[in-house]
Amino acid sequence: MIVPRRLIPEGALLTRDQAAAIVARVRELSSANEVLVNLGSSYNGNTRFAANQMSTSGGVVNATLTVQSSFGPKHAVVQTNDLSDEAIARTVKQSEALARLAPDDPEAMPTLPPQQYQAVNSYFESTADLSPTDRAQAALTALEVTRSAKDLQAAGFLVTGANANAIGNSTGLFAYHRNTFANYTLTVRTSDGTGSGWAAADHPDWSQINYRAVGERAIEKARLSRSPVAIEPGRYTVILEPQAVGDLVQLIGNYADARSADEGRSPFVKQGGGNKIGEKIVDERISIYSDPRDPQLLSQPFDGEGFPLARQMWVENGVLKQLIYSRFWAQKQGKTPTGAPQSLRMTGGTQTVDDMLRSTPRGVLITRLWYLREVDPRTILYTGLTRDGTFLIEDGKISKAIQNFRFNESPLFMLNNVEALGQPVRLAGTEQGGDVVMPAIKVRDFNFTSLSEAV
Amino acid sequence: MEALNAAKLAGAAYADARITRQRQNFVFTREQQIQNVVDTDSIGCGVRVLVDGTWGFAGTLHLTTDAVAGAAREAVAIAKANRIARDRAVALVPAPPVPNATWKSAFSIDPFEVSIEDKADLLLRANAEALKIPNVKYIFSGMFFVKEERNFASTEGSLITQTAVRSWPLMQITAVAPDFSDFQNRGNVVPPMGRGWEFVLEADLPGNAGKWGEEAAQKLSAKPVEVGKYDLVLDPGNMWLTIHESIGHPTELDRALGYEANYAGTSFLAPPEEMLGKMKYGPEFMNVQGDRSQEGALSTIGYDDEGVKPDDFLIVKNGIFNDYQTTREQAGWLDWWYKQQGQETRSHGCSYAMGWDYVQFQRMPNVSLLPGEDNVSWDDLIAATDNGIAIIGDGSFSIDQQRYNAQFGGQLFYEVKNGKITGMLKDVAYQMRTTDFWNAMDMIGGRETYQLGGSFFDGKGQPGQINAVSHGTPPARFRAINVINTGRKA
Repeated sequence: MIVPRRLIPEGALLTRDQAAAIVARVRELSSANEVLVNLGSSYNGNTRFAANQMSTSGGVVNATLTVQSSFGPKHAVVQTNDLSDEAIARTVKQSEALARLAPDDPEAMPTLPPQQYQAVNSYFESTADLSPTDRAQAALTALEVTRSAKDLQAAGFLVTGANANAIGNSTGLFAYHRNTFANYTLTVRTSDGTGSGWAAADHPDWSQINYRAVGERAIEKARLSRSPVAIEPGRYTVILEPQAVGDLVQLIGNYADARSADEGRSPFVKQGGGNKIGEKIVDERISIYSDPRDPQLLSQPFDGEGFPLARQMWVENGVLKQLIYSRFWAQKQGKTPTGAPQSLRMTGGTQTVDDMLRSTPRGVLITRLWYLREVDPRTILYTGLTRDGTFLIEDGKISKAIQNFRFNESPLFMLNNVEALGQPVRLAGTEQGGDVVMPAIKVRDFNFTSLSEAV
Repeated sequence: MEALNAAKLAGAAYADARITRQRQNFVFTREQQIQNVVDTDSIGCGVRVLVDGTWGFAGTLHLTTDAVAGAAREAVAIAKANRIARDRAVALVPAPPVPNATWKSAFSIDPFEVSIEDKADLLLRANAEALKIPNVKYIFSGMFFVKEERNFASTEGSLITQTAVRSWPLMQITAVAPDFSDFQNRGNVVPPMGRGWEFVLEADLPGNAGKWGEEAAQKLSAKPVEVGKYDLVLDPGNMWLTIHESIGHPTELDRALGYEANYAGTSFLAPPEEMLGKMKYGPEFMNVQGDRSQEGALSTIGYDDEGVKPDDFLIVKNGIFNDYQTTREQAGWLDWWYKQQGQETRSHGCSYAMGWDYVQFQRMPNVSLLPGEDNVSWDDLIAATDNGIAIIGDGSFSIDQQRYNAQFGGQLFYEVKNGKITGMLKDVAYQMRTTDFWNAMDMIGGRETYQLGGSFFDGKGQPGQINAVSHGTPPARFRAINVINTGRKA
């Protein structure tokens, strides 16, 4: 048996020409007033291990064709993963049949005319060329250490692959983007069950993934976090590593819809009506933006309608600069639409986590957060827990491992209590995923409400 | 069969192939307009192989003999690649082959045969009823249907065809204070079920929307809760989620043994030898059943994704932890316990994959708290409570990765004083430690109060997979539970 050398099977990803041909085919077949076509093709290869041994692993080739047909204010969407000529014809016909039956949508917008897109290179041969054996070897670097250590158990997941996405419509718009992805997450637990450490790396380019460093970091955290002691919940000065910052800050994007604010049901409602654009909402050292071309983000330069995405500032020096305007709401309010952002970056500062530790007489260091769920949409108040490495800081250094906390906190409150900012890094495992770059931060008065024995 | 033959030829000791087709249909509305109508369809073949005690999996959307045989060879190649990092060989407990079986879930009207106009009309009528209520400004409503055709074949000779339908009518009603100082939502009004269009009609959104709208508006003037310890009376619409998080997940055997450590987490119920038959989960009247057989429940199925006919089993028996959820790979790990109990070592039939493009692994069956023997009603629970809060419906939920510490909200909160409901509260959440909470349960509803709740979106695994699961429960009362106030000012 010859093990396949290349990761991606022949023909798994649609080329630009193949995608354009399918879009053209849909347009020819369409008898609707307007048609919007979204095409996706992907290969996803993964290697999973747990309890110090290999678990399930696999490789999957898939595709999707999504056709939205519109007759004036009536529209409907039909999606299939069959790209045969018969299936394309059936999908077009079915979307038209459904659209004719659909009640009117008075907010329906015409399809976009052709657009210009920024060039973003997020496809790397180093990732595309990776084989299952390469992934298994990478996993083995951590497993060899944890197996021989006797007191450690490793569980990890390595996923690599590629996507090719295209969008076209009946007004001549066409967009195509392909990307590779590589993501490695690793949890190392001590065999006595009292310590757990996590580390991860993510980049479109496999050669940027330092899997040995991930292993070393997770092992170090696991050992450091062993036998945690309980300390009282309450308000603490907290250093959040970038992963934990990302989990909280990314939530703000879910509440950034301009329409919800204008309708009075959002954290960005101005007292008496309207929204908070132009108001200072967080510390003036904080800026948050999207930028597909940012070398640490490298995200798709268009959204699901083919709307071009470029650098977009959301919060600048603490002031809310922009909310997300759909094309409909922008037209109604006389504003410019923003598209749906695909990436998020928060600016940082120059401090290292060690610098932040040194300036902290007493506080808590958080590695990552877990199970974040909305408690109150009026303030983006969320609950969740710390996980895989929570430490007490005393006199400028880590003094001991402590039990995990449940928090009830809002990223808006947190970003008003900033003491220091670190250098932004690309994140590998926020609960929502996506292309996210965040710094470590130090904040005061972070609200821990109870203790958890969970390790 | 092509896939299975190719896998065997390439060196697999065991292989199974699943050709599944999953269709979804959504209709979403707001106020008096349609937002979207969507139909999706995904079909393909997933092949799982065991080579020298190592798993491999590959999936393809192309249903040609060449493509599925190619997927089988790729699965074998992946298993062989992983052999270098294998420690212990995977072994499966025996399961009788099922050579020719068909199964269909309990639906009488296929929602994929109902016109889009009928679906939209029902939603827009419901929205109109809710919008008649003062201060109700916004409605989101929708319907979400899933139909799965699952075909399974294995090298052990099984050949199984199954059809399952799931339906979920959705409605969220938002009331906004006239001065924009507050807004309140009322949602999660109807549980999803493993039934068809008949269930949507029974749920009667247009008939209930006015009541739900009034509840949303009433929340604007509800009294903020004072923090403290209260006796909680929880309705099945709230309890299903607490059961899911604090009993369903920690009793997954793969979690307990570290197989989900890198994502969903582990379990406080470990190691098994210190927990099974020993750990007191709750009071003696507490019995929790795992099954995939309750009619209309979301996890209900004839055969699991490795061809096993699931059995009904007690996870908690008379208050004591009794069993884990298992697959064929896992059941053997508990051989010692089953021998001790005089039981056969068999999988409970909990293998599931969300589609052809994902490998099957252990997923949750329906995990249900069985009703009490006495005919206790919701009103009896309220009447017996002096200083409490009654909670209706599920809201915010969060639990740690070993399932000790949880926090749950709800949809509606009522103050209970001296056996009577005296008014509405808001900003309520309860915090709990799992075994303390279940051991604080002192009253439980009878058979007539038993209801199913559930979710379409239970996540686990890497790559992440979603499954749909139901939890049946009566209402129950819990003594002296910690309640916090979640209200803040922006």
